[in-house]
Amino acid sequence: MVRRSVYPYWFLLPAAVVYGVLFLAPTFASFWFSLTRWTLFESHFVGLDNFVTFFREPALVKGFVNTLIYGVVTSGAKVVLGLLLAVVLTSRIVARGYLRSVVFFPVLVSTIGVGLTFTVLMNPERGLINQVLGAAGVDGPGWLTDPSWALLSVAAVDVWKGVGLATLIYIAGIVSIPQEYFEAARVDGAGAWANFRHLILPLARPATVTVIILSLIGGLRSFDLIWAMTRGGPGFTSDVIASVIYKQYQAGFYGLSTAGNVVLFVVVTAIVLPLSRFLNRKEVEA
Amino acid sequence: MKKSAFSGIIAIMASSVIFLVPFAFILLTASKDQRQAARLDFSWPTEFHFVDNLIAVLKADDYLLIIAYINSIILTVGSVSIMVVLAAMVAFVLQRRAGRWNGLINFLVLSGLIIPPAVVPTIWVLDGLGLFRTMAGLIAVEVAFGLSFCVLLFRAFVATVPRELDEAAILDGAGPARLFFRVILPLLRPVVITAVVVQSVTVFNDFVNPLYFLPGSDNATVQLTVYNFAGQFGTQYHLLFMDILLVTIPPLIMFLFFNGRIVAGMTAGAIKG
Amino acid sequence: MRRFLTASVVLCLALTGCSAGSLGSSEDDGDGVTLTFLVDNSDTNRKLGEGLATAFTAANPGITVKVEIRPQGTEGDNLIKTRLATGDMTDVFQYNSGSLMQALAPAKNLVAVGDQPWAAQLDQNFTTSVTADGKVYAAPFGNYNAGAILYNRAVYARLGLTVPVTWAEFEANNAALKSAGIAPVVQSYGETWTSQLFILGDFHNVSAADPRFAEKYTANQVKYASTPAAVAGFQHLQRVHDAGWTNEDFASAKLDDAIALLAEGKGAHYPILSGIISQLAGTFPDKVDDIGLFAVPGADAAKNGLTVWAPAGVYLPASTTDAKREAALKFLAFVASPAGCDAQTAAAAPQGPFALTGCTLPDSVPQAVKDMQTYLSTPGRSSLALEFLSPVKGPALEQICVEVGSGIRDAKSGAELYDEDVKKQAQQLGLTGW
Repeated sequence: MVRRSVYPYWFLLPAAVVYGVLFLAPTFASFWFSLTRWTLFESHFVGLDNFVTFFREPALVKGFVNTLIYGVVTSGAKVVLGLLLAVVLTSRIVARGYLRSVVFFPVLVSTIGVGLTFTVLMNPERGLINQVLGAAGVDGPGWLTDPSWALLSVAAVDVWKGVGLATLIYIAGIVSIPQEYFEAARVDGAGAWANFRHLILPLARPATVTVIILSLIGGLRSFDLIWAMTRGGPGFTSDVIASVIYKQYQAGFYGLSTAGNVVLFVVVTAIVLPLSRFLNRKEVEA
Repeated sequence: MKKSAFSGIIAIMASSVIFLVPFAFILLTASKDQRQAARLDFSWPTEFHFVDNLIAVLKADDYLLIIAYINSIILTVGSVSIMVVLAAMVAFVLQRRAGRWNGLINFLVLSGLIIPPAVVPTIWVLDGLGLFRTMAGLIAVEVAFGLSFCVLLFRAFVATVPRELDEAAILDGAGPARLFFRVILPLLRPVVITAVVVQSVTVFNDFVNPLYFLPGSDNATVQLTVYNFAGQFGTQYHLLFMDILLVTIPPLIMFLFFNGRIVAGMTAGAIKG
Repeated sequence: MRRFLTASVVLCLALTGCSAGSLGSSEDDGDGVTLTFLVDNSDTNRKLGEGLATAFTAANPGITVKVEIRPQGTEGDNLIKTRLATGDMTDVFQYNSGSLMQALAPAKNLVAVGDQPWAAQLDQNFTTSVTADGKVYAAPFGNYNAGAILYNRAVYARLGLTVPVTWAEFEANNAALKSAGIAPVVQSYGETWTSQLFILGDFHNVSAADPRFAEKYTANQVKYASTPAAVAGFQHLQRVHDAGWTNEDFASAKLDDAIALLAEGKGAHYPILSGIISQLAGTFPDKVDDIGLFAVPGADAAKNGLTVWAPAGVYLPASTTDAKREAALKFLAFVASPAGCDAQTAAAAPQGPFALTGCTLPDSVPQAVKDMQTYLSTPGRSSLALEFLSPVKGPALEQICVEVGSGIRDAKSGAELYDEDVKKQAQQLGLTGW
């Protein structure tokens, strides 16, 4: 057959080699190495010891819990704020293009740069945020130094940086809603709220699914922002799995670090896969 | 109309405060002298030291920042061009040829988007190949991690290229390589630009992979210099923020020239994902 | 900024050719040998590295030494280990002595230098800290360092306070300082490593209570949490926070901020490594003689003494061979000679005594260094820090200290957590008894 040779499988080969060697192989190897005490050159089988350590040591358990909080909070906030911004930015508003650009630009900026900038803005004594709050008579907390705030503060910056993408996805979703629907709604005398509640919300559902899935994947794996802002501190209070992986790697505990990787793998797939199946199925039913 | 103009002004002001003040802060702090910058406040510089600070940052550590810029450019150009070509080849065959492997391949492509890479085992593999701590190794890693996104982006687009073009090329006696590189790839131009722009920004901004796979001060990428300066300069915030400013400029340029492409790519890729 | 510029200017003046660094990395042509020399990126160590390199090249025109920079802390440790393991190390490198050096697998990765003529001139404490399996592996780089309390003598004089030797006296001083409106204890958790000194600097007091502590600790026979003298450090850290003795911005302050508080007399005590005195001297040259040093106070006045860190070493990796090895040995001999000490003194004000007989400190050294010398010259008033005597050191101590020092975790639980942390390290090292 002619066609067989025209779309040859060897086209897949270069990509498959790179992907297989540097992504799939390490992923499979991680399951083995997570069961060992490992120095990169020698590995010594220790069974489930690393996982036991991971779930017994309070500092590491904290990282696990924080990962879930961080993922849920950031993706929740991105859904809500992204949708609101998208509704505003698809309405007839002056300087729409400017506003879309301004909201979107942080998505493209270096995470480390953003993190360090906000670290300074959030300085408890001298930072802009607490200066402004102070002028308004509010005594701002130590955003990054108070254990009860640190993780949420980082999450807030994550939302600041990432909400532009969510907004963009929602804008694409809203724009694709046929104008006739809005016409019909107007004939029925529907107000802005009814439009939002009965038209935009259900019809932008695919966008919602995308935003949730994307920001969950990003949020659960998040490392750079947290590392730039708190390094998991104060103490261990804002550690997430990804920062624990890095710290264990730095300490030379390669087996434990890899066990952290496996835990993260399980967390991400166990949350994202069923969720995306669930959300997509409901979409079909609706 | 009046109401929307009013709410528009409110929106502009609010968004400027929330989204632009941090950038203004970067710019202002990068222009201050050390003493004033160390106060960390949001104020107009008493004296402008923009050029002095720029020179000081560039000179720091034997022009490390310039080396880092060169490294970042090599990394970005190298990995993005390789990943785009490889991904386009995969997407082409994947879309054109319905085979029993497609299910598996699609599964692997999606896995690449979801699964967090296993860090230390990747170092172990790279080390085994003699690629750990080398630019080539880091480029390969970026390619491996970026393939999935590009494949998804391209596959949707390949579907819009009519098969009749393939048939015509084959009738002209073109082999698969010529068909792909001479006929298909040029037609993918718009989506190639999108992929290049989006992935360039991603790779340029990448911090984690250089941190793990390319340690060492001579190999620093610009993101690592920012991170290292934060530790090393301690409270010399004027230099730190000058560095942050310099690292922000390339994405800004990309944004000014390719705003539409980036938006198209991110939404398309995202919705497919 | 000024400190940075001055440093660069001094360097450029000192260096014969202030090259554009690795930008125009031209390998020496002709018959010359170029040695690469890896040094950590701290201000002082970079100056010392450059100073040694320049002075050595001046004395040995055929050999050029090119200084490379690496990060400090665990990141740097990891880098060194990886580069050694992959045979990719520079020709010579500077690194900690003591257990961190033991963790480099010296027998496999390093060249023993005990047979070199200069080895006999090394100070006993230093020799101990760079010996593995009876072989000596390094020439001394820099000076002795102490984990101690830097204090503002001007403030002490104004309030009529005397240097405390017991924790109770220290508390009394703190109370007096607090009522005078001065932050008694400066802490700087914005840079986490600075949080550990109440524990690490307390080791002389621990070993005064139990001279065999280090040995038993390595063998997993004693724990921090269950040894009263050892847990005391964590309790002190907690006490300082609970009593409200810290500076207000302790959670976000960085080292530079803490130095400023101390130098300006807004803070009275700063538990820290004595080496930072050179940084203080750079920023506050007129205040440096206001700053003195005393050992971390303990329970027993008679046994109080200073915990010291031996100088770092300059090591020769096994991967350096032939002509490079010969040149490298010459370089080490230079480092371990009075001329090497002089080159270091010229590059950065000494922060403590040298580890080489025949090297003396200039009279101009800061008061804190003189105070340190007093402890070191008195027998029984100083001990090596635990990390020189035992390879067992957990990587998370700094985070644990921040938690205890910020009131997130109490002393007892901090000590227990540290014991857990240490266990991972001991197991990773494959020590017996864990």
